Amino acid sequence: MSAPVIRYIDEPHPVTGVTNGKFGLWLFLASEVMLFGALFSSYILLRVGAKSWPDGWERLNVPLATANTVVLITSSVTMVMAWVGCKLNDLGKFRFYMGITVALSFVFLVIKTIEYKPKFEHYQVYFYDGATIPGYEELTTITGHLEEDDFEKDYIVFAPDKKQPSQTLPDAEGHGDHDHAEGDHDDHGHGHYADPIQINRYDIKRLTNFGPAHSNFYAIYFTMTGLHGLHVIGGIVVNLYFLLFGAGMFRSNIAQFSNRIECAGLYWHFVDLVWIFLFPSIYLL
Amino acid sequence: MSDHEHHDPGFIRKYVFSVDHKVIGIQYTVTSLLFLLFGFGLMMIMRAQLAYPQGDFSFLERIFGEAGFVGGAMLPEFYNQLGAMHGTIMVFLGVVPLAVGGFGNYVMPLQIGAPDMAFPKLNMASYWVYLPGGLIMLSSFFVEGGAAQYGWTAYPPLANTQPEYLGQTLWLVGMVFLITSSLLGSVNFIVTIVQLRVKGLSFFRLPFFVWAQFITSFLLLLAFPPLEAAGVMQLMDRVAGTSFFMPDGLVIGGRPANVAGGGNPLLWQHLFWFLAHPEVYVLILPALGIVGEVIANNTRKPLWGYRSLVYSVIFLGFMSFIVWAHHMFMTGMGQTLSIFFQTTTMIISIPSVIILTALILSLWGGSIRFNVPMLFALSFLPMFGIGGLTGLPLGLAASDIQLHDTYYVIGHFHFVVAPGTLMALFAGIYYWYPKATGRMMNEMLGKLHWIGTLVFLNGVFIPMFVQGLAGVSRRLYDQTWYEHGKEVQNWTVASSWSAWLLGIAQIPFILNFFLSLRAGKKVGENPWHATTLEWAAPSPPPHGNFTSEPVVYRGPYEYSVPGDSEDYSPQFVQKA
Amino acid sequence: MDFTLLDGLMPKDISTHGYQIDRLLEYLHWFMLLIFIGWAIFLTYTLVKFRARQGHKASYDEIKAKPSKYAEIFVVAFELVLLVGLAVPTFAYVRTDFPGKDKNPVEIRVVAEQFQWNMHYPGEDGVFGKTRPDLVASDNLVGLDLSDPAAGDDFVVPTMHVPVDRPVVLQLSSKDVIHSFFIPVMRVKQDVIPGMSIPMWFEATETGEYQIACAQLCGNNHFRMSAQFYVDTEKDYAAFLAENAPGGDDEEEEEEEEDE
Repeated sequence: MSAPVIRYIDEPHPVTGVTNGKFGLWLFLASEVMLFGALFSSYILLRVGAKSWPDGWERLNVPLATANTVVLITSSVTMVMAWVGCKLNDLGKFRFYMGITVALSFVFLVIKTIEYKPKFEHYQVYFYDGATIPGYEELTTITGHLEEDDFEKDYIVFAPDKKQPSQTLPDAEGHGDHDHAEGDHDDHGHGHYADPIQINRYDIKRLTNFGPAHSNFYAIYFTMTGLHGLHVIGGIVVNLYFLLFGAGMFRSNIAQFSNRIECAGLYWHFVDLVWIFLFPSIYLL
Repeated sequence: MSDHEHHDPGFIRKYVFSVDHKVIGIQYTVTSLLFLLFGFGLMMIMRAQLAYPQGDFSFLERIFGEAGFVGGAMLPEFYNQLGAMHGTIMVFLGVVPLAVGGFGNYVMPLQIGAPDMAFPKLNMASYWVYLPGGLIMLSSFFVEGGAAQYGWTAYPPLANTQPEYLGQTLWLVGMVFLITSSLLGSVNFIVTIVQLRVKGLSFFRLPFFVWAQFITSFLLLLAFPPLEAAGVMQLMDRVAGTSFFMPDGLVIGGRPANVAGGGNPLLWQHLFWFLAHPEVYVLILPALGIVGEVIANNTRKPLWGYRSLVYSVIFLGFMSFIVWAHHMFMTGMGQTLSIFFQTTTMIISIPSVIILTALILSLWGGSIRFNVPMLFALSFLPMFGIGGLTGLPLGLAASDIQLHDTYYVIGHFHFVVAPGTLMALFAGIYYWYPKATGRMMNEMLGKLHWIGTLVFLNGVFIPMFVQGLAGVSRRLYDQTWYEHGKEVQNWTVASSWSAWLLGIAQIPFILNFFLSLRAGKKVGENPWHATTLEWAAPSPPPHGNFTSEPVVYRGPYEYSVPGDSEDYSPQFVQKA
Repeated sequence: MDFTLLDGLMPKDISTHGYQIDRLLEYLHWFMLLIFIGWAIFLTYTLVKFRARQGHKASYDEIKAKPSKYAEIFVVAFELVLLVGLAVPTFAYVRTDFPGKDKNPVEIRVVAEQFQWNMHYPGEDGVFGKTRPDLVASDNLVGLDLSDPAAGDDFVVPTMHVPVDRPVVLQLSSKDVIHSFFIPVMRVKQDVIPGMSIPMWFEATETGEYQIACAQLCGNNHFRMSAQFYVDTEKDYAAFLAENAPGGDDEEEEEEEEDE
């Protein structure tokens, strides 16, 4: 009982001109386009329908994202170089460039983590209309650092940011909870916090960090960049596999191996491309 | 991929983690039949509540315990769980895996003369993602709060209202698994059909079944990802507290919802139906393919209008992407949009009519054999016809006002998928069983199964049109709460009894399916005297399928060719 | 118009626009029946005539099916006529042709919640008081803001009363999940979607007591989310308004009436 021989694994089909793997990958990318397309359309729909939408560049860390853009584009270039290494039958060159690609992918994730982390540690409190906090009478929302949130107690301890968002007036319908908080991207040292204050729980309408639950802006931001991040992790897994265990096939069947690297490269360029769309539409618009 | 040429791959590699498309196809078939039976079982329990809303179900309480019953009475939340899970299981775990994963996997590579799928390991992965997905969904019956209970459509904000219950969350996670599985499958199918056709097999010599699978795969490939996006967003809403689908100012259970707001409940519906309408064609197209095969074989003449069938299927696939909002006429949609979607809906009915007409005209001038697969295929035609026709009043927004979300809708789509698609799938099982096992199924038991199924399926679903016209809303735990529901309660009782008898009518099939493995009449390569390539392989085909690679000389349905001594000219036989 | 096919199957129609919907349904079902019978006759005849038997052979050539072409053209033409001639105008009429102020329509806000319908009447001044979600409480089901002068004469009841032969305009909204407002005898249905306020109109032609149903799964007790619907004479309607006006007889009476 021998395994069946399947055609067009390493030589292209005479009519379609592609190998099975490459054809399959293009189909997979088509489906990925539909996935991200649906998310982008949802983003547009939610943003158009929203009463107010914050400016991405004020809320998010544009310098870090720009750095990440450079990192990702560079990794796309090195990915091509790794493929060239295969084509030249030069294992050292392949390993060198594939190594850089994987390393850059990790750099991307590290920067992403640095970008995400402070958002989960930075809080916003929404007050019922008419609630007053000594020293902050004019505010209906307040941002800052949650020092203590003990469910036994009927108050929380909160260190407000020194620089507070400007006052927002509640509109007549009572939807005054659209904050206009400024960015949380630059200053997180304790030097920027005022002295902690106690806030009674019954004054609080809503307490949230700047995570996905904060508002649809952050929900979209975390969902889309998070899903993109998962794709980066997927790419790392694949590329790392080729880097660590690819040498055998590199020696035995270089043609098929370079096909695989080409496919991995196509996927990686797609991940890059998604980021090229994400960066301006979320961070800059 | 051919680096392990051992003599015996071992039981696990051969039957469990097999890369052979036929083994995977059988795994899919058996698993999905079990899921179908389970989903049908849920429905039989629901029918008890529907027929006897104040009934005493102590006997069920002994089985299901306190989670679903109190003092012999079924709880509405348990009823809703049964409803949501029945829909989900039948569509995503039953019919699609059977029609695509089962039949597509088993038959399609054989019909194009390929030794296997283009990516055998991916094929195996597809099954091993599908099974856990299904098990995750089923496991949700055992968590606190029970399984998903917001309908198979899972409309938010309702589906977001009880984030403390795991059921809906598990439903979403299971869904992501199933989507991944169908993505892997569809990529594999398309590549296989395009790249691995055997010599001489041009696109217009492909059996109609392969065409149907081809278009189906495109629908799965492109329509599922938006649902995946929607699923991720609903998961975020439930787990991370976002409000993609939660608008401002929600007051749930008398308390303001603690969410940011600003979301849009209709966004879910758009994304969901963008999948779920093509999904309808995913259910239907493989069935049409099977019926085409069986009809051509048993009329002993070519299919009428093969090319128009193919073009209709392509057109149907394309159009199915732009009709989704006809499920949403009642959401306050504007005139322009409603006119657009009504028009596309009427347009999509045209290829459906052409396909059905072509299949019926194929009978004219034939020499019709009434064996079991043919009986099922023939009854598919009028049943699918009823399903299609009753879609018309739902596709026009004005008549949809009265019928939307009533039992009429339930009757309509069940006629399409139950007496329609299921009939075709049964035809397929009877037709290809000898290929897969080398033995025939019993004719007598098959006919018994056929007549029982046909009669009782109609008995279940025809009353629903009466209920729907009377204005009874769907998903009602107790329709006698309403005056107009009371008036047609008798019909509900009739429908329920038909459902239980339908269950009994499946016993001959189950017996037949297992007994024939041992006792069925042994057959050779081509017991039906058919023309397509799968009949060139031994029954059952070995790993690698064909003993020698076939070559195709002619179209798929060359039956009763004038001047030929036999009444069939197989694609793979060279004749002078 | 003599409705014969669906008569007796559908609930009676007490609306001014309903005949248009019923007419469309009637034509559609005749059409469906016609096609189905056509298919059935052809199918039966073919199966008998071309059954496999001794001496009978299948013919290779396909039939030239002119009749099927005509049938298909007929189907397309019929669908086109229904779409352009009936369906689109009817839907436009029902959804957009709101009665003008000259017709003196009754205005009611309907606020749905799990699992009841709250009918918010504007009272004598004909102006709805402002509502706010954070004011919702068990004694203020729609969150009426009593500081608004227009709110003083508003009242909220769990049953709907409308006068006969006078257009009614509803503003449908929901506090929690999606519901669907359906009165079978009135031939109206509209999803009620949280975050949106969707207008709808109808005019009753007959007095009587009927039911409002919820047509969209909205939770455990979806099945009993009904409300009584009364079409009153102008006199009875005036009495209803007077009875429920704040400061007059209290509203609890109304709730008892609902419990029957």
